[in-house]
Amino acid sequence: MPTETKQIQDLASQEYKYGFYTDIEADSIPAGLNEDVIALISAKKNEPEFMLEWRLKAYRHWLTMKEPKWPNVHYPPIDYQGIVYYSAPKKKDSPKSLDEVDPELLETYRKLGIPLGEQELLAGVAVDAVFDSVSVATTFKEKLAELGIIFCSFSEAVGDHPELVKQYLGSVVPYTDNFFASLNSAVFSDGSFCYIPEGVRCPMELSTYFRINAKNTGQFERTLIIAEKGSYVSYLEGCTAPMRDENQLHAAVVELIAHDDAQIKYSTIQNWYPGDDEGKGGIYNFVTKRGKCLGRNSKISWTQVETGSAITWKYPSCILLGDNSIGEFYSVALTKKRQQADTGTKMIHIGKNTRSTVISKGISAGHGQNTYRGLIKISKSATGARNYTQCDSMLIGDQCGAHTFPYIEIKNSTAQMEHEASTSKIGEDQMFYCQSRGLSAEDAVSMIVNGFCKKVFKELPMEFAVEADRLLSVNLEGSVG
Amino acid sequence: MLEIKDLHVKAGDKEILHGINLKVKAGEVHSIMGPNGSGKSTLAQVLAGRESYEVTAGQITYEGKDLLQIAPEDRARLGIFMAFQYPVEIPGVSNTYFLKAALNAIRKERGEEEVDALDFLNLVKEKMELLKIDEKLISRPVNEGFSGGEKKRNEIFQLAVLEPKLAILDETDSGLDIDALKVVAHGVNSLRSKDRAFIVVTHYQRILNYIIPDYVHVLYDGRVVKSGGKQLAIELEKKGYSWLGEETVSAQLVN
Ligand SMILES: Nc1ncnc2c1ncn2[C@@H]1O[C@H](COP(=O)(O)OP(=O)(O)OP(=O)(O)O)[C@@H](O)[C@H]1O
Ligand SMILES: [Mg+2]
Repeated sequence: MPTETKQIQDLASQEYKYGFYTDIEADSIPAGLNEDVIALISAKKNEPEFMLEWRLKAYRHWLTMKEPKWPNVHYPPIDYQGIVYYSAPKKKDSPKSLDEVDPELLETYRKLGIPLGEQELLAGVAVDAVFDSVSVATTFKEKLAELGIIFCSFSEAVGDHPELVKQYLGSVVPYTDNFFASLNSAVFSDGSFCYIPEGVRCPMELSTYFRINAKNTGQFERTLIIAEKGSYVSYLEGCTAPMRDENQLHAAVVELIAHDDAQIKYSTIQNWYPGDDEGKGGIYNFVTKRGKCLGRNSKISWTQVETGSAITWKYPSCILLGDNSIGEFYSVALTKKRQQADTGTKMIHIGKNTRSTVISKGISAGHGQNTYRGLIKISKSATGARNYTQCDSMLIGDQCGAHTFPYIEIKNSTAQMEHEASTSKIGEDQMFYCQSRGLSAEDAVSMIVNGFCKKVFKELPMEFAVEADRLLSVNLEGSVG
Repeated sequence: MLEIKDLHVKAGDKEILHGINLKVKAGEVHSIMGPNGSGKSTLAQVLAGRESYEVTAGQITYEGKDLLQIAPEDRARLGIFMAFQYPVEIPGVSNTYFLKAALNAIRKERGEEEVDALDFLNLVKEKMELLKIDEKLISRPVNEGFSGGEKKRNEIFQLAVLEPKLAILDETDSGLDIDALKVVAHGVNSLRSKDRAFIVVTHYQRILNYIIPDYVHVLYDGRVVKSGGKQLAIELEKKGYSWLGEETVSAQLVN
């Protein structure tokens, strides 16, 4: 079809609108990695001794590891000595309030559509903003503190609540876990920390916006969320980066812990710079995200909308330890231009009557390559475990690809598994149907794709569902000439 | 309103329409009848702008414009609507959302404001009553899991909301039970006006008892072989199509 071919060819040409760079004075250390650098990072952050020890153990372990080659993604070797492991916007002391935050930084976040002034905020959303390596502002802290909720940057948590950090850090993703998690453990500079006390339902969405600004800088942040018995929290993470010709590494770790009857809902809208049409530049998003349903009847839901990054490689997972605990994974991954994504989940059933749901929607356009990789593991102890997996791929054009690698390990015969998978192309008939009703080809594509993702979007908090819908449309813009 | 001159259309390597001529004025209802595979849907789809068909010769003018130069979405915005013989499913997109987007695209072309949410709701309600369509159907994803008859009714519901100038109904009657047929016919009749024209493609004279056409054309093997008044439909119902074939063949032989 002439129009269809054209749409497909043009699909690659969409502009990235968060590609600006903020000219701000930064306190960076020279590129490269060794024990001194790690000690320097730890010192800059005034960390207690146990942190430095942990970092060094991670580093020494990392030195023994090899970069994994099994994902279905291709990239030139990363020069780990060429990366700057610490860069922070320069400031005298850490800001006590927003008034002390560099106006240039506030402006950056405003441009991104994330106002940090509390009066301008969406009602009901508290924000932690992480710029390059450090958290620059956390809003609504006091209000949350009244309920006993701790929501602060990771560095602050290390200083103010070392016992919690010590107890939980690495308890879900140990520093030995994998190559990038080990690297992160050695050099992570900041991130968000969140603690919900027993019986508390967090009254607002907590969110973190990550921004990589400085050149040649890696972003290694760490997020730790602990939900005590019977508590509830909904957490959202958003990400953007400037357009640069070099690839930048983002290797984050997220750990979630849910005690008895607790619920954690973790949503991600990832819009890192994807690189240009030829695949130059863009973020390597190599992230380890894992939640542990430690308590009975606990629940962890991951919802992710992945539209950015040159390469996305991550498997938000759930370890279902507590009896009757529930793990969920809802994912939309869009790859266009030369983007590659290898993403999915692992559901590890250990407790009795544990349940998991996996809904994955992969969309490939342009030269995008989209891989779903998922593991459902039912251990011997997991009597009565159930899993439902639905894994759909949509292809826009004929130069892209979709791949599915489901792995299933069942050690308990009472397990019930259901798996559905489909691959479809946006049909010429669907396009024509929409167009014959007056919709432009571009609107038709975006409507069909949004419909395809409906099941996932409806899991997002309301405001963000709208954002996700818009983001997808923007990313599909230029799909028609 | 619409004039088709010597239209030749190819699909793949095969010529399907071999020189169609047809003139439709505002306010008229034309019926096109003809056996399976004679090219009725092809004609309907070419009018709506489907690009998988290749127009190899001929012209189509719509309101003085060269229709073949106009993209399908622009045709819709200029008031052309085709009710599909096989309506397409769009999973996850609600009917109302879809219709609202369509209506707004059309309104924009006319230089009108986007439809107000409340006005839209009222409009939808009114048309739902007109077509006796269930509210549940309207909030479901476009045609997804609809029965054959529900899909057809939904097409006419869209037609009623979008109020086109030229409506082409491609076998809307097939698959409808007799009650549904009456409801749909009533809906169509209530939309008849001096500014609006209809092209009703059908196999059966039955629907024409309710939607009374001004003209009936018989399409046979890619040609209009006979045109007449509504009597022609009744004649066809009795005799079938084959005699027309013989008639054209013998006419060709004589020439
Ligand atoms: N894309 C195509 N490639 C090849 N042949 C085609 C294509 N589309 C239609 N045809 C052929 O063109 C002829 C006319 O098809 P069309 O759908 O217009 O018939 P119709 O009159 O609407 O039939 P029906 O009454 O069965 O709906 C048929 O023989 C059909 O097989
Ligand atoms: Mg037909």
